Amino acid sequence: MSRWRIARLVAGKDLRIERRSRVLTNQVLPFAGVTMVMFAFALDASSVLERVAPGLIWLATLFSLLVLVQRSFAVESHDGALDALRVAGVDPVAIFWGKSIALAVQLAVLEVVLLIAAVLLYGADVPVGGIVLLATTLLTATSGLACVGTLYGGLTAGFTGRETLLPLLVLPVVAPVLIGATRAVESALGTDGVPLSEGWPWIGLLTVFAVAFGVGGALAFGPLIEEAT
Amino acid sequence: MNTGILALQDAGFILGSYAITFAVIGAFTWRVLRDGRRLAERIDDDDKYWT
Amino acid sequence: MTTPTIPADNPTSTRRLGTGTAATRVLGIATLVTMGWLVAFGLGFSPADRDQEDAVRILYVHVPTVWLAYLAFVVTAACSAIYLFGKKHSLGFDRFAGASAEIGVAFMALTLVTGMLWGRLTWGVYWQWDARLTTTALLFVSYIGYLAVRGLGGSHEQRAKRSAVIGLLAVIEIPLVHFSVRMWRSLHQEASVLDSDGDVDMDGLMLFSLFVGVIAFTLLYVWLLLHRSRVIAMEDLLDDQGLDRALDARRAEAGS
Repeated sequence: MSRWRIARLVAGKDLRIERRSRVLTNQVLPFAGVTMVMFAFALDASSVLERVAPGLIWLATLFSLLVLVQRSFAVESHDGALDALRVAGVDPVAIFWGKSIALAVQLAVLEVVLLIAAVLLYGADVPVGGIVLLATTLLTATSGLACVGTLYGGLTAGFTGRETLLPLLVLPVVAPVLIGATRAVESALGTDGVPLSEGWPWIGLLTVFAVAFGVGGALAFGPLIEEAT
Repeated sequence: MNTGILALQDAGFILGSYAITFAVIGAFTWRVLRDGRRLAERIDDDDKYWT
Repeated sequence: MTTPTIPADNPTSTRRLGTGTAATRVLGIATLVTMGWLVAFGLGFSPADRDQEDAVRILYVHVPTVWLAYLAFVVTAACSAIYLFGKKHSLGFDRFAGASAEIGVAFMALTLVTGMLWGRLTWGVYWQWDARLTTTALLFVSYIGYLAVRGLGGSHEQRAKRSAVIGLLAVIEIPLVHFSVRMWRSLHQEASVLDSDGDVDMDGLMLFSLFVGVIAFTLLYVWLLLHRSRVIAMEDLLDDQGLDRALDARRAEAGS
């Protein structure tokens, strides 16, 4: 069975589990929404909110990422499923890509919802000219985040005392994504008068990041999820 | 008048930097040597690859 | 060059050999001497700078801590690579990697602290969001994460493999962080009163003091690395012995 086929099967399985359990829609999205509201309480003036809306969208995304990653691996360790896959000799690279894809899809849904929330709550504005940049940002940033999340999620999954390590490992690593995605969205939305052209260099950075962790993560995933037999 | 006070504050920062640097170095060193001595008692000299 | 070992069954056997060797004693003395010189020159003999005045004296400890922190990081990464990709997967490299990381964390913390104190005196602010400082801060947190991964338990081989992977991922992380912060800060062209480099035009005694500091800290690093990795070796040995004893006890139970 080809690696790609296995990846698709793993991704399909994860998404099907999500469809049945509805954790994303019933728990994570509301959490993200509450976070957006909390930001408003903390930041007071509405003028500030509109200016920092892109940053807040990505902050809420990162926090939700942590929750989604925990969930992504909780479904595995529940019945020792990940171990079973591994022991059965399933290619860890395929497992990595499959889970990353599923995570990316969920993240993308989350980000669109957060964007809508920002428009509604913070008065953010989405100019038509910025849509392409917006979509590209979403694509590249999400890929990078999904790969990093899956990688470190695999390491910290399932054991008490390990799961708390996930935020500490993930957040410093995704700092470039936070910086790049926020700046790109700022220029896509024209926040603070930032021109559209300034956003595209950041897409380059986000792409490099996604490729680096798509490849590096795939290679590292196998060694990281191995447990003592 | 002000320069005197500023110089004092400066000195505090400068000496403070040296102090904290050597305090951390000292603490690390002390811990390493203490652990070394404690553990060395419980292990045969033959098993120590540096002897 | 063997020192006579005291037989283990000798009832009056005295202390066993510690982590020190002739080499480390020499190293230790050299370190103490150069450290003494550093303090003497840094705080005493070297002159105050034209612009920074006495604040420059902090650099004589700050720059060596930076040097040491990054040296330790490189050693950790290199040992991680050798462990992972070498044929023998020798755990000795894993121990060096771990020891180096512990030393590195301590000195990276010192880098940030002394840097903040220096910054307060020269720039008037404790912190700046420039590429060098921000990358150092994030690298510091990554180190802490690396050490946490080492503490996850499991066999020594598992620890070695996991932390080697994490250590190498940190290496690719660094340029990504550095460039993104640099691109970010270049958007805000601030007045160059806060010239983030702080590179001073040094000559004569000032350069010498800096040089002494770097030498002293390098000697210290090697000394600490040797001692700490030997301690880790002993800890691992005791772990294994404990495991062996437990297995033997279990077998004895089963047998009887």
